Amino acid sequence: MTDTLSNQSPHSEMVPTAAISIEGVSYNYGKRKALDDVSFQVLPGQFTALLGANGAGKSTLLSLITRLFDTPDGTISIDGKSFASHGSKALAPLGVVFQQTTLDLDLSVRQNLRYFARLRGMSSSFAKQRIEETLSALEMFERVDERVRDLNGGHRRRVEIARSMLHQPKLLLLDEPTVGLDIQTRRVIVNHIHNLAKADNVAVLWTTHLMDEIWDEDHLIVLDKGKIIEDGTVREILAKNEANSVSDVFESIIIQEEERLK
Amino acid sequence: MIDGLMIRALYGILYREFLRFFQQRARFLSALVRPLIWLLVFSAGWRQTQGLAPYAPYQTYIPYEVYMIPGLCAMIQLFNGMQSSLSMIYDREMGSMRVLLTTPLPRWFILVARLFAGVAVSLLQVYAFLAIAFFFTYFEFLELDIDPIGYITVLPALVICGFMLGALGMALSATVKQLENFAGVMNFVIFPMFFISSALFPLWRIKDLSYTFYQFCTYNPFTYAVELIRFALHGQFYAEGALVVAVTSVIALGLAIYAYDPSRGLKAKGKKG
Repeated sequence: MTDTLSNQSPHSEMVPTAAISIEGVSYNYGKRKALDDVSFQVLPGQFTALLGANGAGKSTLLSLITRLFDTPDGTISIDGKSFASHGSKALAPLGVVFQQTTLDLDLSVRQNLRYFARLRGMSSSFAKQRIEETLSALEMFERVDERVRDLNGGHRRRVEIARSMLHQPKLLLLDEPTVGLDIQTRRVIVNHIHNLAKADNVAVLWTTHLMDEIWDEDHLIVLDKGKIIEDGTVREILAKNEANSVSDVFESIIIQEEERLK
Repeated sequence: MIDGLMIRALYGILYREFLRFFQQRARFLSALVRPLIWLLVFSAGWRQTQGLAPYAPYQTYIPYEVYMIPGLCAMIQLFNGMQSSLSMIYDREMGSMRVLLTTPLPRWFILVARLFAGVAVSLLQVYAFLAIAFFFTYFEFLELDIDPIGYITVLPALVICGFMLGALGMALSATVKQLENFAGVMNFVIFPMFFISSALFPLWRIKDLSYTFYQFCTYNPFTYAVELIRFALHGQFYAEGALVVAVTSVIALGLAIYAYDPSRGLKAKGKKG
């Protein structure tokens, strides 16, 4: 396996290095297969929605990408650096927003972000600047000295997104980040991340089972029972399946898969 | 091996540990009240009956509170070591540990840095306790009579003992699946370690009472931690204690690094597919 996509192509100058490249990844829990030969790429500036029902393998895939689990089969490379050859250093260009809140509730927003900045090796002055920038972009800077415990779910989520962007990652991973949030907050977050991908050329991998979070120009990957069953732009997938919406595609794919397995 | 990222990350981990410690005032108070109760109530009550004849490292007859001080310093570090491990399990269950594990830092460094931060907090607690004990001596409530230089010579001993007790707690936390299970482990670890040691009574006196009990005490690394602190507090070096504490630290830390699985309690380990 090569470390970079550009190494694979004879026209390496023309093909951007994938922000994340996953090749032939499989994973089992005992005898149960959670992921089966999964391969895909996310390019810089691309918003990729990873769609799948509960148990499809999304969380396992994210645990492998974040190196919480070791990858027994296949290769995962972030910005051209594989875990196999670079170890934990390959995680440097990665920003993550987990489904579960991972902020320290008893610390203030500023203290949480400062702690994270140190873990990412940022200097005090740069951290200060980025804390202001990322929180301001999410209209949270005025609450920088409040304890996280005193914030509501939507504001906590915004702080987590700001934290994930603090070190200017090339790949942003979000695991169902809008779960439990009201419609307005969901819309704000979905819009913000879509804009971020374009403006900052950040690759986004967004897992969800909510169809309205996926836009027509997005890259869509549909995962079912550990396998990728669709991979392309939303428009391509709609045209291929002669469907009007992602929701219709998803339902028909799932029904077809269930019938095939009967 | 150690780069700029690691130094900044270590600073970050220390920063968070101290912030959390000072915000948890009850933890700070209980860390001080527990040994002070032992010192004031237990030693005052037993002072008349438990005075000790001269034996190393002591040059003269000593009152019982002088004997107890090293054991209580080690007790603070024992509780702190287990408390740090408890907070690691809490962080693992609450998800904060995931933030650490998704940084470009090696896993061994993350565990060592957490351990180092725990030791730093335990030093603060021990010196706060010694300062209060010094205050009681100044106003003649106690007769501690420790040479001021002892407060400096004890520092390396406290560092190495804190490291051992923290590493033991970390190795235990790596094997515990859920937060609730850790309370039981603490009861089976903290109390036996403390009581089956030389923290409260000298080994020669224990040997006179029960040879079997004495043997158990000599198998307990906590005994060597207490004695190392005792000698260091009086400006002397206890080589056997230092060796046992250092070897135990390395083994416990090695076990913790080997056994630490961030996904434990969340999911089973995967197999080659």
